[in-house]
Amino acid sequence: MASHSSLEGKVAYVTGSTRGIGNAIARSFAAAGAAVVVNGRASRDAVEALAAELTERHGTACLAAFADQRDQDAVKRVFQDVFATYGRLDILVNNAGILDDGLLGMIAESSVDDSFAVNTLALIRNMQSAARLMRRTGSGSIINISSIIGTRGNPGEVVYGATKAAVVGMTLSAAKELAPAGIRVNAIAPGFIDTDLTRSLPPARFEERLASVGMGRIGTPQDVANVALFLASDASAYVTGQVIGVDGSMVI
Amino acid sequence: MSESQRLDAAIRRGLGLTNGDDLTTLAYGRTEYWDSVAHMQLVAAIENEFGIMMETDDVIAMSSYAAARQILQDHHGLALEP
Repeated sequence: MASHSSLEGKVAYVTGSTRGIGNAIARSFAAAGAAVVVNGRASRDAVEALAAELTERHGTACLAAFADQRDQDAVKRVFQDVFATYGRLDILVNNAGILDDGLLGMIAESSVDDSFAVNTLALIRNMQSAARLMRRTGSGSIINISSIIGTRGNPGEVVYGATKAAVVGMTLSAAKELAPAGIRVNAIAPGFIDTDLTRSLPPARFEERLASVGMGRIGTPQDVANVALFLASDASAYVTGQVIGVDGSMVI
Repeated sequence: MSESQRLDAAIRRGLGLTNGDDLTTLAYGRTEYWDSVAHMQLVAAIENEFGIMMETDDVIAMSSYAAARQILQDHHGLALEP
């Protein structure tokens, strides 16, 4: 018998899943039995290799979706491919994001445009397409990855914080709008998580960030994936419109 | 069942209409039971019936029975009788 956290028979689309948090989420979902649509924009080979690996390892029919989240046509095609391949979508994880720090007065317009395109606008488009597929089955779970920066703010991250705060706003509104259709919408706000990005921080800044975490350790992508699995599964069947921090009591 | 009959049936299901309701006078926002929420149910019913995925612009433009027929004929190749 399938457990409450099983995703057997479900189709999940995880954006930005070739590395970091998205990769951990895609792996967790496939391990739980979902057919996972994996996505990345840097390397078609990497996306296809991940889909093949998950299919082989877990026996689920995973699909490679090579697409830049800024490309409206490419993003639209992903949903058409999902529909053509599976005929349904049960879970969307809007994870792909970019971080481009800059102090006020030194923020390039291109940085603003790119950040909002990937971190905010793409999420709205994805939710729009996902909701239409999910309405057909009268159920679904949408998980948007926000950030502690979007709920608490941080110097040098005005743009990033704005894009991630917008994720909270869209999550709360979408949750109210889609609840009658049986579709749940929640957000996760990770704190200091061990990714390529945090590993590239200067040692002094890394230590400073680490010292702000109450639990005294950096979070892992798996810490975030565990919460995503909960939100994707029937274990959270009555949870919607929530922003869940995964930050080990980080104070910024 | 012809594609026209299937479309009519999908519209009735999507909007919660009975067989006696006249479809030709339907208009989004002006017909009592065709509001924005019902519109998304209507789109889902049509997409499910024909196994298609409509463009967002078409979803927005589908504001009457005639418009629905036109869009489905022009963009999805449905053969609908006059």
